[in-house]
Amino acid sequence: MAPLLYVTNLSVAFAQGGQTTLAVDRVSFEIAKGETLALVGESGSGKSVTALSVLKLLSYPPASHPSGQILFKGEDLISADESALRTIRGNAITMVFQEPMTSLNPLHTIEKQIGEILSIHKGLTGERAKKRILELLDEVGLRDAANRLDAYPHQLSGGQRQRVMIAMALANEPDLLIADEPTTALDVTVQAQILRLLKDIQNRRGMAMLFITHDLGIVRAIADRVCVMTHGKIVEQGKVADIFDQPQHPYTQKLLAAEPKGEPHTVSADAPEVIRTDALKVWFPIKRGFFKKTVSHVRAVDGVTVRIRAGETVGVVGESGSGKTTLGLALLRLISSEGPIAYLGNRIDGIDSNAMRPLRRDLQIVFQDPYGSLSPRLSIADIVGEGLEVQSATLSLEQRREIVAQALIDVGLDPKTMDRYPHEFSGGQRQRIAIARAVVLNPKFIVLDEPTSALDMSVQAQIVDLLRDLQRRRNLAYLFISHDLKVVKALANHVIVMRDGQVVEEGPADAIFTSPQSDYTKTLFAAAFHRDGTQGAA
Amino acid sequence: MTETTAKLAPTLPAKGLLRLSPINQRRMENFKSNRRGFWSLWIFLVLFTVCLFAEFIANDRPMIVSYKGEILVPIFIDYPEEKFGGFLAETDYRDPVIRDEISANGFMIWPIIRFASNTINLDLPSPAPAPPTWLQKDSVCAKIAKRTGGSRCADLEWNWLGTDDGGRDVLARIIYGFRISVLFGLILAAISSVIGIFAGAIQGYFGGMIDLYFQRFIEIWSAIPSLYLLMILSNFFQPSFFTLLGILLLFSWVALVHVVRAEFLRARNFDYVRAARALGLSNARIMWRHVLPNAMVATLTFLPFILNGSITTLTSLDFLGFGLPPGSPSLGELLLQGKANIAAPWLGLTGFMVIAVMLSLLIFIGEAVRDAFDPRKTFS
Repeated sequence: MAPLLYVTNLSVAFAQGGQTTLAVDRVSFEIAKGETLALVGESGSGKSVTALSVLKLLSYPPASHPSGQILFKGEDLISADESALRTIRGNAITMVFQEPMTSLNPLHTIEKQIGEILSIHKGLTGERAKKRILELLDEVGLRDAANRLDAYPHQLSGGQRQRVMIAMALANEPDLLIADEPTTALDVTVQAQILRLLKDIQNRRGMAMLFITHDLGIVRAIADRVCVMTHGKIVEQGKVADIFDQPQHPYTQKLLAAEPKGEPHTVSADAPEVIRTDALKVWFPIKRGFFKKTVSHVRAVDGVTVRIRAGETVGVVGESGSGKTTLGLALLRLISSEGPIAYLGNRIDGIDSNAMRPLRRDLQIVFQDPYGSLSPRLSIADIVGEGLEVQSATLSLEQRREIVAQALIDVGLDPKTMDRYPHEFSGGQRQRIAIARAVVLNPKFIVLDEPTSALDMSVQAQIVDLLRDLQRRRNLAYLFISHDLKVVKALANHVIVMRDGQVVEEGPADAIFTSPQSDYTKTLFAAAFHRDGTQGAA
Repeated sequence: MTETTAKLAPTLPAKGLLRLSPINQRRMENFKSNRRGFWSLWIFLVLFTVCLFAEFIANDRPMIVSYKGEILVPIFIDYPEEKFGGFLAETDYRDPVIRDEISANGFMIWPIIRFASNTINLDLPSPAPAPPTWLQKDSVCAKIAKRTGGSRCADLEWNWLGTDDGGRDVLARIIYGFRISVLFGLILAAISSVIGIFAGAIQGYFGGMIDLYFQRFIEIWSAIPSLYLLMILSNFFQPSFFTLLGILLLFSWVALVHVVRAEFLRARNFDYVRAARALGLSNARIMWRHVLPNAMVATLTFLPFILNGSITTLTSLDFLGFGLPPGSPSLGELLLQGKANIAAPWLGLTGFMVIAVMLSLLIFIGEAVRDAFDPRKTFS
């Protein structure tokens, strides 16, 4: 059978400031009818650019194709003109993007967004279009579709929006659906639903799918064949089972072995309690009316009790909006809260910011996004040394730079790079810098707010190892916030499962992971681990 | 740790004045690659520097006088006329008697233009406002030229751009007027930016009630019609350069507040600001080091336009007659004269050209600055 899409020797180059960078280097792959091909790789590997160039959705220039051919049903898309491409886009080939928050027009209703595609390619309008839209929304499993037609994107949750996006992509019965990380921005339970939906629809319609992802678990669950990309090249391709069982290329082997592994350190029973809080509450008032009367509260954190001992990691898991991050910020008194917080037995709630300042050196935080957490206008030495400037004001510049250098070595960076600026570093390196900023003050307690979520899989594993190593050497107490259960499993001694600001379940990590009690925890774990039953052995 | 182990940290590179961070280097490149803005900056800087030394270019007294073996500097020191055998308290070096006396006993070095902004040319061939000398017919000039022993217009002291209705040289007035306009604009823009950034920073960073009350105050404040207020005030006293600056400052600082406030509101929730708070930095320090640099991009982009606005405000006040004291060299006053003397088009035309060129140069520079700071801008 002739393949539906046939890509040979495709290259993509970007010109910027007189220089040309090759983002994709002579990749070749093909997709047959009804088949799912996964394009897997880390960020910057060129997988999204490859997918976008299939529909020529890059901006030309700066982008160009020095070589290659994209044959779709025998027609070359590279040389096709804009009007020919328009009849294919949204019709024979459609796309679903990663970010459901920004890929829908916030000013149009659901009906209008889907209706637009139908009217452009099929000329369907009025009642007939409406009927078709309802069918589509039913097909993608949007509940109560008839009443949702007039809804605007902001009235829908992330998962619902992604369903609408998929409905739009399916509207014209495409032969090929390109899904660019369609589940990355979603919570695990929603992720599982969307993946199941895509698989169902594909089986029903027999369409082909090009699935771009960095998550190997998803590849395993959904794809027939897989292409592994790195640095713009496809280093290995083949059947999913073959690649997973017998990876040939060293990069694929590395990628497969990159799952965060290892066990948390055991904590001795007599380790002192570093931080503790009882029934902590963070309520944000909802104010209405002219006089801003408080009418009710958003209970971001509602009565959470946490105890963390030296050398111990408490993992906080939950989906977005469950109050995990708020809990972390409240413990460090970065937002106001109610309820006692004790550091080494001394109450720190209620003391003012001047009294709090000397304690700040013991209580540190590392944020999720390594791109947002480093000031782009300061050098690494300034970023890491800033806390020292405040907390140890007597140090000379030379001494401070020595301590900063030592901290950079501790987190595995070359101290010679300390006078560079953040944009010269990769995501993983930046996260190391953020960790160096936290540990340079010799803290006793660090809140780790999703420190691995924005990183590639192989880098995640390195950061987890680094954190565990630092904990062992410095006897640190961690509050580890994450939605990624695999990472939590590798680090946490004790796990708290949060939902809507409340603790659903808590206990020693082993107990929670082997036999979760509450229904919510069970669904959460099922969604996270259902597709990698065999990966435990890897 | 520092004594026992070998040095880990690389030695700090020497900090020169012109060492730019990589980001600023890139911005500098972007700025330079906008040819129009880059050249506008140079032209403006040259014009401005030249006008800063207006006294050395257009003046009614010589820079250096050598008289009976004595070196005198009239440009800095007022010498009584007695020194040269006259009787006035201040020497009029343009007086033919004095001129002859000095050239008989030494020499004078004059600026290029021998008129100051308020020097009245007494040797006009036609009644003021007189057209540029090179436009005059020799027959008209002959009578005046005879006084100095010539016969044609070329023998006269030239008014390159004519004179205004007071017989004062337009070119000299423009040089002084340009200087006063730009200086006024720069001072007003600088002070109102500092106040605006400060107010915006406080509002944006602390938010909440401070922000709310301050916003309401600014809304009421900016509803006061400043032009009317100026007109009323100028009925009570004659505004000088600095009172005018003060009054305009009362209202112009509001312009930047909104931009800076918005930047601070956005930046105060950035992770690196949170991290700085977790490190125990004081609010003032966080604002200065982490948030202000973000707001500066927006501010710098706005600055040329605020500068332009300030210059235009002064010009329009002068045009309406509520501006600088009468007799001061000002572009607005020149425009007003052009309006009053339609038959003397050189007045209006020169005024228009100077203002148009000055504002255009500043706008071109502003555009280039804006592009240079735009992170998404790529020059391919």
